[in-house]
Amino acid sequence: MKENVFKKIDWLVLPLIGVAAVLILWQISCATWAKDLPTPHKTWETSKPYIVEPFAKRGEMDQGILRFTWYSLILVAKGYALALIIGTPVGFFLGLSKTFTKIFDPLIQVLRPVSPLAWLPLGLVLFMGAGKNASELGALFTIAVCSMWPTVLNTAVGVRAIPQDYLNVAKVLKLSRTKTLFKVLIPASLPYMFTGFRLSLGIAWLVIVAAEMLTGRPGVGGFLWQEYNSLIYEHIILCIVTIGVVGFILDRLMSVVERRFKTI
Amino acid sequence: MSHYVELSDLTKIYPTPKGGAVIVKNFNLRIKKGEFTTLIGHSGCGKSTVLSMLAGLSEISGGGIILAGRELDGAGPDRGVVFQSPSLLPWMTAFENVMLGVNQVFYTTDKIERREIAEYYLTVVGLGDAMHKRPAELSQGMRQRVGIARAFALKPKMLLLDEPFGMLDTLTRYELQQVLVDLWSKNNITALMVTHDVDEALFLSDRVVCMTDGPAAEVGEIMEVNFPRPRERKAVFEHPDYYKLREQLIEFLEVRAHRKAVAPKIEPPPVEKILPPGKDNFRKPELNHV
Repeated sequence: MKENVFKKIDWLVLPLIGVAAVLILWQISCATWAKDLPTPHKTWETSKPYIVEPFAKRGEMDQGILRFTWYSLILVAKGYALALIIGTPVGFFLGLSKTFTKIFDPLIQVLRPVSPLAWLPLGLVLFMGAGKNASELGALFTIAVCSMWPTVLNTAVGVRAIPQDYLNVAKVLKLSRTKTLFKVLIPASLPYMFTGFRLSLGIAWLVIVAAEMLTGRPGVGGFLWQEYNSLIYEHIILCIVTIGVVGFILDRLMSVVERRFKTI
Repeated sequence: MSHYVELSDLTKIYPTPKGGAVIVKNFNLRIKKGEFTTLIGHSGCGKSTVLSMLAGLSEISGGGIILAGRELDGAGPDRGVVFQSPSLLPWMTAFENVMLGVNQVFYTTDKIERREIAEYYLTVVGLGDAMHKRPAELSQGMRQRVGIARAFALKPKMLLLDEPFGMLDTLTRYELQQVLVDLWSKNNITALMVTHDVDEALFLSDRVVCMTDGPAAEVGEIMEVNFPRPRERKAVFEHPDYYKLREQLIEFLEVRAHRKAVAPKIEPPPVEKILPPGKDNFRKPELNHV
């Protein structure tokens, strides 16, 4: 009986044990080797105004944490949308055409591991002529370029994995190209595509911090960098936790969508 | 009656690194309109290759096929194909799967009528209550019923069946053979089926075409099957000719399929010679008995 009760709540208890352990380790670190690291208590005290008034706007770089998160999310949404719009068709072509694969696959393999920190300056150079918008466009470019690859590669795998049976049906019924695309190819590769979409979103969210840090745009990443420069280290931790939680929520949301679109 | 389908010198060669592998060579067959023909042969003898060339899913390396006076060029919905695996699109319901083909063939007919066609064939194959379910919710047998409904709903010139019941258990297979034979006698569509099941071939066909073993498979022997139609499993099984025809088919598959029609008959080696030494004592009484 007692065991049963524990089993029922262990989904809550066990993770809390993990959190407590980290807090203790953190506290010990503050007391011993990391004297500049703010303690958990101090972090909470300093961060409180940003959490209890999450949408407050006191200045350009002094706003509630959710307000900053909102800015970041909007930028991510734009860059991510761009990545999907470009990445999905590219993935389809890669999956459908061997020639296309031979031409572009080496390039993709070389560009894929390049860090966002390397892409961003290039993005800024590309849109230098845009004046005021240069930093936003540069950031969008970086997010799109970095987060595109999982979508491209998974879509390609999905298209290649379409069973011959389905293609035979399309062939025997003599479906037109558009009909084959929308009735057979897309539905058949949808599960793979959504796996790509989910991974891409994770990367897009990773990139945002780097992009905001380097451009100084208001957002979680920008705030983090500014507070580091202003020696308010508590807010670095606040930002890290926020970024982590938001990333986790985005991933959960995407996997719900992914499961909904599982066609098979 | 004139020939409706003509396969002339049909040849299939697959390119391999060591040169072309001849799968089917100079395959000649004529089928009358409304006839149900079955191709029977060992697994891998190339019977499915013949069928998929007819379906337009496999390129023809040599010879040609004429269907209803026109030479075939590629796949098309004038031939309804029932695949070995049901090959339904899993994101569509049974009804939508059938409609996909119906919309393609009857695009000039109005929507209500098209729906009626799909509903009619799904009901006839026994899926009246399950037509709006997805393949994942249907049993293997029900899925193949959808496959049959999809092929018939196209009102094709010809029906092509590639071991349509190969993946089903015996009882379901019997049920579906009856569904097929009933539907076929109502519509009288020229049909070519590929199978390696002798009973299935005898029950369904007007003619059974035996293929020799590959490589370079060809027509070995053709058997007329004249059981009265409409056919009922019990009546066919109890027909006086049934076991004679069955014996002949099995005899062909066991002995003659392995050789070219022109090859001389090879005597099996005497039993003593293939016995390993030392086991003679064990086998001797049996030999004496014979």
